[in-house]
Amino acid sequence: MTFFMNPEVALGTKLLEVIYIVMGLVTLYTGIKNINDKENPSRIGTGIFWCSLGIVLAFGRWIPKIINGILIIIMTIPSILNKVKIGKQDNPTQEESKAAFNKIGMKIFIPALTIGIFAIIFAIFTNLGALVGIGVGIIVSIALLMVYSSENKFNVFLKDSERLLSTVGPLSMLPMLLASLGAIFTAAGVGNVIASLVGNIVPQGNVNAGIVVYAIGMMLFTMIMGNAFAAITVMTVGIGGPFVLAYGADPVLIGMIGLTAGYCGTLCTPMAANFNIVPVAMLDMKDRMGVIKNQVVPALIMIVFQIIYMIALK
Amino acid sequence: MDLIKLLGILIVVIGFALKKDSILIILCAAIVTALVGGLGITGLLEILGESFVSNRSMAIFILIMLVTGTLERNGLKEAAANLIGKVKGASPGKVIGAYGVMRGIFAAFNVSFGGVAGFVRPIIMPMATGAIEASGKEVNEDYLEEIKGMSSGMENIAWFFCQVLFVGGGGGLLVQSTLASLGYNVELIDLVKVEIPVGIIAVIVAIVYYNLKDKKLNKKYYGSQREEEKA
Repeated sequence: MTFFMNPEVALGTKLLEVIYIVMGLVTLYTGIKNINDKENPSRIGTGIFWCSLGIVLAFGRWIPKIINGILIIIMTIPSILNKVKIGKQDNPTQEESKAAFNKIGMKIFIPALTIGIFAIIFAIFTNLGALVGIGVGIIVSIALLMVYSSENKFNVFLKDSERLLSTVGPLSMLPMLLASLGAIFTAAGVGNVIASLVGNIVPQGNVNAGIVVYAIGMMLFTMIMGNAFAAITVMTVGIGGPFVLAYGADPVLIGMIGLTAGYCGTLCTPMAANFNIVPVAMLDMKDRMGVIKNQVVPALIMIVFQIIYMIALK
Repeated sequence: MDLIKLLGILIVVIGFALKKDSILIILCAAIVTALVGGLGITGLLEILGESFVSNRSMAIFILIMLVTGTLERNGLKEAAANLIGKVKGASPGKVIGAYGVMRGIFAAFNVSFGGVAGFVRPIIMPMATGAIEASGKEVNEDYLEEIKGMSSGMENIAWFFCQVLFVGGGGGLLVQSTLASLGYNVELIDLVKVEIPVGIIAVIVAIVYYNLKDKKLNKKYYGSQREEEKA
């Protein structure tokens, strides 16, 4: 409570903490719902995962960091053992969503776009931050949906978020885990080692050469791993930092375009199965590489464009 | 040489390439790197706990899910189908292009309509094949295969390069935290601004490419037929 009363803490920071608490409570709800769900084939494992994640999300700020670390290790166990499962779910039927569309119509786009609009407004016109804007946008969006239809009770929103969260499953913790891996790489000095290795090939101080290696490295690394998020931490710590940013290039430009340079790799690899292989099956295509073949040309154009963009604006 | 410190990266690359469990790979890489890097178990747990908590913003999608599922329940997909259905009398290339524009714009607001299974298959494919049939031609099987590939390509390209325009999206948050670990503090909105030209160019490139390709395919499969009609 002292945190929320402390006048030295910015309002945006306090509101963000409220957002984390709500997020944690939604996650805790997912855990408790599944512990009590007789249709879930793995009630204990599912419950442990979501409840420990919920505790770290909601109350992590007040928990000693080593305890947070232990809780994170605990939540990985059921997920690695494949014990986080989906329970009973109430998916909307086609009749239900068609009936709702007939009633609400195209107005449904308003609450759909609200969140993004509030994120932009808050980022530009307040000092509370984009994420607080997302939080406010969600409240407005929920309110609009409640006005549109009396069937949209608070419970419906909670149950629907549990349904989506359970579908995503343990991968929900992946972004935070990847970021933590980046922090561990940095702390262990991995970046320095890569930098000294690449330094043998790329002349130190040639920022343009550094950008080319960084962008193509992102693309190739992403193709191997199938995941640009996994590649960006390694590449930015190892190459982007020491070979490009260290010489005064704009971190906003290099860091962000580096990620989308990686996306060019995602378009070209069967490793990104969700995007490139699953659709082949869903559309009954004959050629397993049929989606990738249609993405190679745009991907190559985009990598060239992004390299030029980075060199021009650095 | 400190080459042993790269063991963690090797684990990540090999692990993902062999399609092992993502969480297992990252955990192994984290533990191995912490040990060979001299951080020890306590150091590992502390950095893990600290970094995870300071990166909770990346879980903002959990909050957004409070409305995503209910929007779907309230007919969002049907509304999107209605919107794209306004494109009439077009070629498959134009249908795919129109979908690219729509998907790009909505991606910037983090709104998706159900992916390949939920939207491309039930809505875009019938519209594209309908466009061929409307001009009195039969749908060639190889042409259909290419249309499927192009639709999925449009779906991916518009989403990848435009979803980074959503302020508070996962990509920007990860870049922000990666840069912070190197000592550079950047704002989410600035990360979005720098991507605006990239997002627009990506959608344009895809639309132009697929339309040129569609024209070529159309000529390949129906071109001779048209000449016969003329004769």
